[in-house]
Amino acid sequence: MRRNPQKTQSIAFFFLFLATFLVVLPVGLIVLVIIQKGLPAINWQFLSDIPRQGMRAGGIFPAIVGTLYLVSGAIIFALPIGLLAAVYLSEYSKDTLLTRMIKLAIVNLAGVPSVVYGLFGLALFVVFLKFGASILSGSLTLGIMILPIIITTSREALESVPYSFREVSLSLGASKWQTIRHIVLPNAIPGILTGTILGLGRAAGETAPILFTVAAFYLPRLPGSVFDQAMALPYHLYVISTQVPNVDEKTRYGTALVLLTLVLFMNLVAIVIRYQFRKKKKW
Amino acid sequence: MVKFNIEGLHIWFGEVQAINNVRMDIQTREILSVIGPANSGKTTFLRMLNRLNELQAHFRMEGTVSFDKKNIRDMDLELLRKKVGMVFAMPMPLPLSIYDNVAYGARMHNIREKKKLDGLVEGALRQAYIWDEVKDRLSLSAFKLSGGQQQRLCIARTLAVGPEVILFDEPCSGLDPISTAKVEETMLKLKEQYAIVLVTNNVKQAARVGDRTAFFLSGELIEIDKTDKIFTAPKDKRTEDYISGKFG
Repeated sequence: MRRNPQKTQSIAFFFLFLATFLVVLPVGLIVLVIIQKGLPAINWQFLSDIPRQGMRAGGIFPAIVGTLYLVSGAIIFALPIGLLAAVYLSEYSKDTLLTRMIKLAIVNLAGVPSVVYGLFGLALFVVFLKFGASILSGSLTLGIMILPIIITTSREALESVPYSFREVSLSLGASKWQTIRHIVLPNAIPGILTGTILGLGRAAGETAPILFTVAAFYLPRLPGSVFDQAMALPYHLYVISTQVPNVDEKTRYGTALVLLTLVLFMNLVAIVIRYQFRKKKKW
Repeated sequence: MVKFNIEGLHIWFGEVQAINNVRMDIQTREILSVIGPANSGKTTFLRMLNRLNELQAHFRMEGTVSFDKKNIRDMDLELLRKKVGMVFAMPMPLPLSIYDNVAYGARMHNIREKKKLDGLVEGALRQAYIWDEVKDRLSLSAFKLSGGQQQRLCIARTLAVGPEVILFDEPCSGLDPISTAKVEETMLKLKEQYAIVLVTNNVKQAARVGDRTAFFLSGELIEIDKTDKIFTAPKDKRTEDYISGKFG
C-alpha cells in the first residue's frame, strides 16, 4: 500500500497536538480552579495578618514570611555548594569509574522522595547537630534536597560551553582556573539559573522535608532568629485542609493561590536575570 | 636562530600512534610550512609545540621538545603558551567584544592598566592589518565580524600576548580567497619578527608563503627542506607524489 505523505503528516500532527493539549489542560485547569476559588479570599488582611480563631480567620502572613525565609536559606546554602561541586565534576575531575558513579548517584538523588530528606534532616540537623526544629534545620534540609537539581543542571550548563573557547583561552596562556572564571562560568550562568529556578520552586512547594525540621502548626508571631520554628505555606495549607475542621474553602484556596503566586514571582525574578545574561551571549 | 629543537618525538593517543620519530629544528624569522594528507599527524605535531595535546585523554609521548634550549615539559605551562601563540583552523573569537578579545590574553597575564591595554590592543590590531576595519567599533561583539575579519582578529589576539612563535593550524581552511590572501600577507609581514609554523592542507599555500616545508605522512616526517627544493626537486618519491596531486 502506498502511503499518502499528506495524510501521515496530518495524523502525526494530530497526535502531537493531542499530547501537548493533554499536558497543558490539567495545568491550566489547576491554575484556573485555584484562582477562581481562592481570589475571593485575597485581601490586605489575609496577606498581612496572623491566623486567628484557630486558623479559621485572620491571615497567613507568618506562613508567607516563613516560606520566604526557608527558600532563601535553602538557596544560600545550596547554590554556592552546588555550583562549586558542578565546576569540580565537569572541569576538574578525571573521567573514572568513581566519578561516573558519583555523577549517576547525584542524578538519582534528585528523584529521592522528599519525605526521605525530611527524615534525614530530622536525624542530622534537628537531633544530632541539636539545631532543634528551626529555620536553620529546615533550610539545610531543603538545601540538601535541591542540591542534586542544582548540581546536575549546572554541570550541563558548564559542559555546554563550547570546548573550543577553553582551548583558545588556554592557548593564550590563561590558567585553567582563569579559563573557568572568565570564559566558562559567565557563559554558563543562564543554564545555572535555570537549575536555581527549578530548585527554588521545589523548595517552596515541598511539605515533607519541613514537616519534622521546622514547620510550626500554629505560631502567631514572626520567627526571631534562625533557631526559631516558623510556619510555612505548604504545611499551613496541609494543616488547614486536613487537621482543622470547618475552614472556609476560600481560605484554603486563597493560601494555595498565594503559594502559587509566590513561586511564580520568584521564578519570574530568576527568569528576568537569566534573560539579561542571555542577551549578552554572543555566539 | 633555533627556536624549537625536536628530537626523537613519538606521540600516542591510547594505542594509536600519531607521531613517529620526528626530529627537526624550527628557526626564528621563517615560515615553516607543514603539509601532508589528513591523519598525517601535522596538527598533532603543531599542538605539541604549545602542549595543547595534553588536554586530550590517553596522550603519551617520548622524546624531547626544547624551546630556547629548555625542555618544554620543564617550563611553566602558562609561560610557554604565552611565548608560543596559536591561531586555530576555524575563526574562533571568544564571546566578548572585539576589544576584550584582543585584551583577553594580556589581562590574564595581569596587565590591568587601561592605557597600556589600549596601546596593546591597537598595536596588535594594526599588526594583523585589521585596525582600520574595526577601530570605530571596538565594543561590538566579535561575532559581528566576517569570517576573514574574525580570523585576523584571532591573529591580533595571539599577537597581543607578545609571543615569539606563532602556530597556524590551517588558518585559511574556512576562508574565501580574498580573506586567505589577506591572512597570507599578514603572515609574511609577521615572519620578520616571529617564528611561524603553518600547518596547511593547501599545497599551493605552502609554496606561496613557506621558507621551508616539511612533509608529514602517517606520523612520520618524510622530508624537510627549503620550499623551492621540496617543490622542484624533492628527494623522496612520496613527497613528489603528494605535491603533484597523485594522492592526498
